[in-house]
Amino acid sequence: MFENLSEKFQGVLKNLRGHGRISEGNIEEALREVRLALLEADVNYKVVKEFTAAVRSKALGAEVMASLSPDQHFIKIVHDGMTSMMGGEAQDLDLARRPPVPVMLVGLQGSGKTTSCGKLALHLQKKKRRPFLVPADVYRPAAIEQLKVLGSQIGIPVFDSDPNADPVDICREAVRQADLTGCDTVLLDTAGRLHVDEELMEELRRIKEAVDPGDILLVADAMTGQDAVNVAKAFHEKVGLTGVLLTKMDGDARGGAALSIRAVTGAPIKFVGVGEKLDALEAFFPDRMASRILGMGDILTLAEKAQETIDEKKAKELTRKIRRSEFTLEDFRDQLQSIRKMGSIEDLLGMIPGMGGKMKELKASAPDEKELARVVAIIDSMTLAERGNAKIINGSRRKRIAQGSGTTVQDVNRLLKNFQQAEGMLKRFSKGAGKRGGKGLPFF
Amino acid sequence: MTIHEDKPNGSFLSRLKTGMSKTRELLFMNVEAIARGIGPVDENVLVELEEALILADAGADLAGEYVVALRAKWRRGELPDIAALRLELKKMITNTLAPRMAPIPVAPPYPFVVLVIGVNGVGKTTTIGKIAHLLREEGHPVLLAAGDTFRAAAIGQLRVWAERVGADIIHHKEGSDSSAVVFDSLRAAKARGTHVVLIDTAGRLHTKTHLMEEMRKVVRVIGREIPGAPQEILLVLDATNGRNAITQAKTFQEVIGVTGIVLTKLDGTAKGGMVLSVTKETDVPIRFVGVGETIDDLRPFDAESFASALF
Repeated sequence: MFENLSEKFQGVLKNLRGHGRISEGNIEEALREVRLALLEADVNYKVVKEFTAAVRSKALGAEVMASLSPDQHFIKIVHDGMTSMMGGEAQDLDLARRPPVPVMLVGLQGSGKTTSCGKLALHLQKKKRRPFLVPADVYRPAAIEQLKVLGSQIGIPVFDSDPNADPVDICREAVRQADLTGCDTVLLDTAGRLHVDEELMEELRRIKEAVDPGDILLVADAMTGQDAVNVAKAFHEKVGLTGVLLTKMDGDARGGAALSIRAVTGAPIKFVGVGEKLDALEAFFPDRMASRILGMGDILTLAEKAQETIDEKKAKELTRKIRRSEFTLEDFRDQLQSIRKMGSIEDLLGMIPGMGGKMKELKASAPDEKELARVVAIIDSMTLAERGNAKIINGSRRKRIAQGSGTTVQDVNRLLKNFQQAEGMLKRFSKGAGKRGGKGLPFF
Repeated sequence: MTIHEDKPNGSFLSRLKTGMSKTRELLFMNVEAIARGIGPVDENVLVELEEALILADAGADLAGEYVVALRAKWRRGELPDIAALRLELKKMITNTLAPRMAPIPVAPPYPFVVLVIGVNGVGKTTTIGKIAHLLREEGHPVLLAAGDTFRAAAIGQLRVWAERVGADIIHHKEGSDSSAVVFDSLRAAKARGTHVVLIDTAGRLHTKTHLMEEMRKVVRVIGREIPGAPQEILLVLDATNGRNAITQAKTFQEVIGVTGIVLTKLDGTAKGGMVLSVTKETDVPIRFVGVGETIDDLRPFDAESFASALF
């Protein structure tokens, strides 16, 4: 059901195409699609409402960049908004203080706290820290044993918790022991609990008070639904979260919970769990998460690349030229070069949603890298006058250009023919659709 | 297996209700008009209702469908006030779910084999412990098969449950082949005259092809050993999961085949509204709901009380 989402999105956004500006009239349907996409991705309803309102006010009347079509521009606004909402740079644990630094892992049952504890320990070990694992879950059968097994798998010491002890005492004692044994980071694996369980929530507050942790991470399942806000809010109010660890990201959940949790707590997402193995822990990248929540493939990367590589002024100039039919070989070369800057043609085609299946046919028809390089070389071997006016390129000039660029006269002929065709096409465009040339890249 | 009827003051409904009222306290939710249940219906009330359904994970599409139907009735003058509106929606949801309300048909020939599957962390092992307890209370000899040989200490967890409820358990070492554990369990069950075998399995995300393939192998092993088994393949879904639960259910049904669903963790503030879509897409009955961690916190699914707690 998700594969089609980006296509659907594209379909709706077509109505933005052909308009120079995003206006009230053409934005509503697009916003509706954004809203549905976010809800289907499990972003909380209230968060969606606030978010789409923000996008509307930002998108309305925004001048569309010359390098992007209005629909791409709109997606970019949505994507940028989500990215900035989920925080900037990837953040690690906050360990800059006198060791041992306690780190608390809290969350609902089954969110993956114990496994995440093992993963974090391995992550810390790689960073030359000396972690100490503390099973503080005395409720779930064999939870203590589970962490002990994980610890022995990666060679990290585990506190020998007494299942009949108070978890607060366990944590306090474990931190003392870490200090004595020279461990510098104490990972406290607390029991899974419901955010509405007053007694157990109070236990968390007491643990926090007893050990003064450097970090309190909420371990949350990427598949969490609308309830994510209730859970995050309750935990945040009780203990004050400093970060979030999002688990089970190796599934196909779109992970809207990430946005919801961030929105209600403001705590950054620090890590994501991407598998069952203990090394399957990664830093969090807001931009990738935004694409995932939107279910949009990499059209965004494409849009960003277009923005990065195509000089806006040049693009505007080009549009003007196309309208006046002043498009020259030089412009042709610039365009080809900006395409090359964006990456290989194959990569670019792969980024276009819905292209997945059609890749094979397209690969055959798309110009390959070498050919692009050859075309650029041929144009580079022309004089300025020739580049400005292709008509003056006669037989002897063609021979010289071929020699200069290390190609054959046939190659030069082919290029000139292609250019003529492109020129003709552009003329038709500028007479017909009018502004379509503003989208850039008319050759593809 | 017989259904234990909820007494009128049974804790199940009250727990669901408590969860719901706590949601209201916690969430910045504005269902006041609906919650009060009085006053006339207007467009705002309908919008609020749609919001409430979406917040219960019923999905924007389905919430929209319900509200469109309700709006039509309201315009025809059939829903004069909020009480009538609520009643109508409750009826609609109950009608959707009622046909999918059925207990596990435990019956001879024994052993009756129940395979329990689901993604990681939904509560498979705990659910098995609770089901074993119910069956033991009814006098069935029960055997637990520790098929989760992957997660650290999963076997230990199941052993604790076996001891608590007085069930047999067959387990191998961690990391061993789960098909082998299953094979031994079935052999033992036949030899001992066990009525029900509950097979625990490692949590697996439905997207992991090789793990899903491994599960198919387990099913084949069971079928070879006892023709017609497993009689029940129980999919455990977590009520705190959102729309992804639908994809989970569909994939597990396609690849392995699902005959029953258990919805766990309904004792929190999550409503589990996605089961509306799950049953619609898979047409699989819901056997139980989990409402807590203790041994008695498993209840037969009841469409009406579920519907009342939903919005």
